[in-house]
Amino acid sequence: MDVLYFAWVRERIGIARETVNTSAPTVNDLVDELRAREERYAAAFEDTSALRVALDQELSEFDASLEGVREVAFFPPMTGG
Amino acid sequence: MRISVQSEPFDLGRETAEFARARTDMGAVVTFTGVVRDLPGSTLHAMEIEHYPGMTEGALKKIATEARDRFALGDVLVIHRFGRLTPGEMIMMVATAAPHRKDAFDAAEFLMDYLKSRAPFWKREITEDGAAWVAARDADERALERWSGDPAGD
Repeated sequence: MDVLYFAWVRERIGIARETVNTSAPTVNDLVDELRAREERYAAAFEDTSALRVALDQELSEFDASLEGVREVAFFPPMTGG
Repeated sequence: MRISVQSEPFDLGRETAEFARARTDMGAVVTFTGVVRDLPGSTLHAMEIEHYPGMTEGALKKIATEARDRFALGDVLVIHRFGRLTPGEMIMMVATAAPHRKDAFDAAEFLMDYLKSRAPFWKREITEDGAAWVAARDADERALERWSGDPAGD
């Protein structure tokens, strides 16, 4: 699936998007897999309460299922307006 | 209903005039405009706005549709810019048209409250001290609570 990063999450990880081969059943499981990869992922996902997640461009929860999901995006709380 | 996510500036006067002229059955048009401002005690060189192409348009459309369902509203316009902006530049505008002013004002507030924390935009302030992401404010999240009741019961 495609995984996208925005704002300081993108800066910490160092890339805006990547394709990840995973069978993680939920967002939390995917986050655990990413954290285990490298320090920059561990730093970006240190505190998921400071993050938001969108599944196929809909805001979602970290305990949500990834079944059938093609695009996951991680970002800090939004600051529009 | 028109939603535009763009890097180019917009003409507030022209947008508002065109929006107001489009319907003859609306007695009230309310607009809100967001402007980049200098920071207290520091010089803001620029504000950089990042967004999530694709999701942004969808999220704004959903918020505007909700406003239209919730209030007696004739029309909605939302323009939000991204990219590098300098102090004094307009970041965004919303306009609402309704037969009566209360719906137009309330809908504009509703749109702004949701847009602040539900539309995927992130701001970064560039000052002489460097660049810093603008943190979301708890007050913005709390502002949504007032809309959480049953819309029909308001």
